[in-house]
Amino acid sequence: MVDGIHDLGGMQGFGAVAHSQAEPAFQHRWEARARALLTVVAGAVGASGGEFRHSIERMEPGHYLTSSYYEHWLTGAATLAVEHGLVTGSELEARAGGRFPLSGPVLAPPVFDAGPDVGTPRFSAGERVRVRQWHPPGHTRCPRYVRGRTGVVVRVDGIHSVPDVEAHGSVRRNEPTYSVRFDAADLWRDGQRGVAVHVDLWDSYLERP
Amino acid sequence: MSDKGHHPAPVSPVEQRVAALEALLSERGLVPEGFIEEITRRYESEIGPMNGAKVVARAWVDHGYKQRLLADGTAAIAELGFGGPEGDHMVVVENTAAVHNVIVCTLCSCYPWPVLGLPPAWYKDPPYRARMVREARVLLAEMGCSLPDEVEIRVWDSSAEVRYLVLPQRPPASVGMTEAELAGLVTRDSMIGVATL
Repeated sequence: MVDGIHDLGGMQGFGAVAHSQAEPAFQHRWEARARALLTVVAGAVGASGGEFRHSIERMEPGHYLTSSYYEHWLTGAATLAVEHGLVTGSELEARAGGRFPLSGPVLAPPVFDAGPDVGTPRFSAGERVRVRQWHPPGHTRCPRYVRGRTGVVVRVDGIHSVPDVEAHGSVRRNEPTYSVRFDAADLWRDGQRGVAVHVDLWDSYLERP
Repeated sequence: MSDKGHHPAPVSPVEQRVAALEALLSERGLVPEGFIEEITRRYESEIGPMNGAKVVARAWVDHGYKQRLLADGTAAIAELGFGGPEGDHMVVVENTAAVHNVIVCTLCSCYPWPVLGLPPAWYKDPPYRARMVREARVLLAEMGCSLPDEVEIRVWDSSAEVRYLVLPQRPPASVGMTEAELAGLVTRDSMIGVATL
C-alpha cells in the first residue's frame, strides 16, 4: 500500500484549507477516546510506529478521504486489534450495532531478515543525492513526490529504525536519516521561484545521482 | 425539528464504533483504569502551544539560549522542561527577513507535541498536506500570510523522526516587553509557519 491514499503531497483538487485560529484539543469526546484506544491497542500488541501508521494507510481510499483524523485512528486501532486476535470483526459489528469498516490487508510479505544496520552515514551535508524510484508493496516513509528526484543533503540526523522493516515484522534495521532539500520548481516543473521543500529520508531511500 | 431538548443527542455511528472497541478491550482487561481520562487531560491542559511560546520568548530575549536552541533544539527545549513523545528529535528553524519556514507532514500528521500540543484539524486534513509542498507561496497567501517574492520559503516535510518548530521573527512593536508578555504574543500558527507576527 506504499502508493496509498495517505501519500498526499502534491495531489491537486482539494481546495481551500479549513483554517481555524484555535480549537480545542478534541472537538468531541469520542475523539479523545479513539486516540487513547489506539495507544492501548498498540501497547497490547507491541506495534511499532511503522505498523501503527500502516494500519491507517491501508484504509479504503474513499473512507480515508471522507472520515476525520480520529476516525482514522479508530480504524487503525480496530484493524490492529483484529489482526492480532484481540477481538474479531463480527464482535465489533455486533457491539457497534452496524458496519465497522476496517483497513485492507497487508500486501507486503513479512520481513524476517532485516539486513545489516548502516552505522555510518553514506552522505554528508552539501552532497547531491537522488531518491530511489521504486514502489515497494509495504509501508514506507519515502513520499511519492520526491521519488526519482535529485536534491541536496542539508542535515545528517540520527540513526533510526527503518519504517519499511519495522512495519512488517519483529526485526529491525537502523540507518542514518537525512534532511534533503529539493527546489520546488524542480519537483513540480511549474516555474515557481524561491521555494525549497525539505524531506527527511532514510539512508536506503537514497542513491548517488 | 425541535424536541425541546429532552432527549440526548443521537449517538453517531462513529461514536458507537468507539464505544464497541472500548467495551471489548475493557472486558479483556486491556484498558487501565482512568487511562483514557488521563491521556485526555494531559493533552487538554498540560501540552499545547503555550509551551512553544515560552521557548520562542526565551530565544528572543536570551541570545545564548537562541544559539543553543538552533544548534540542538531538543536539549534547549528540555531546559524549559518540555519534552516527550514526538519531541525527542527537535529541529528549530529560524525565520529572518530573507527566509520564512513552514512545517507540514504530507504522509500523516507528525507535529511537535511537547511544544505545540496536538495538531489542529486543518493541519491533518488533505488540502494542507497536499498543497503546502506544491504551492507554498500561494497557500500561505491564501491563509493570510503573504510574503514578498524575495523572501525564500523553506517547507519542512516531517517524514522521518525529526519534528520541527518555527522560530518566528520578533515583532518590531514588542520593544521593552517582558519575557512573559512576549510569550503572550506568540501564536500557534506562527510556530507552524502559516503566520508571521
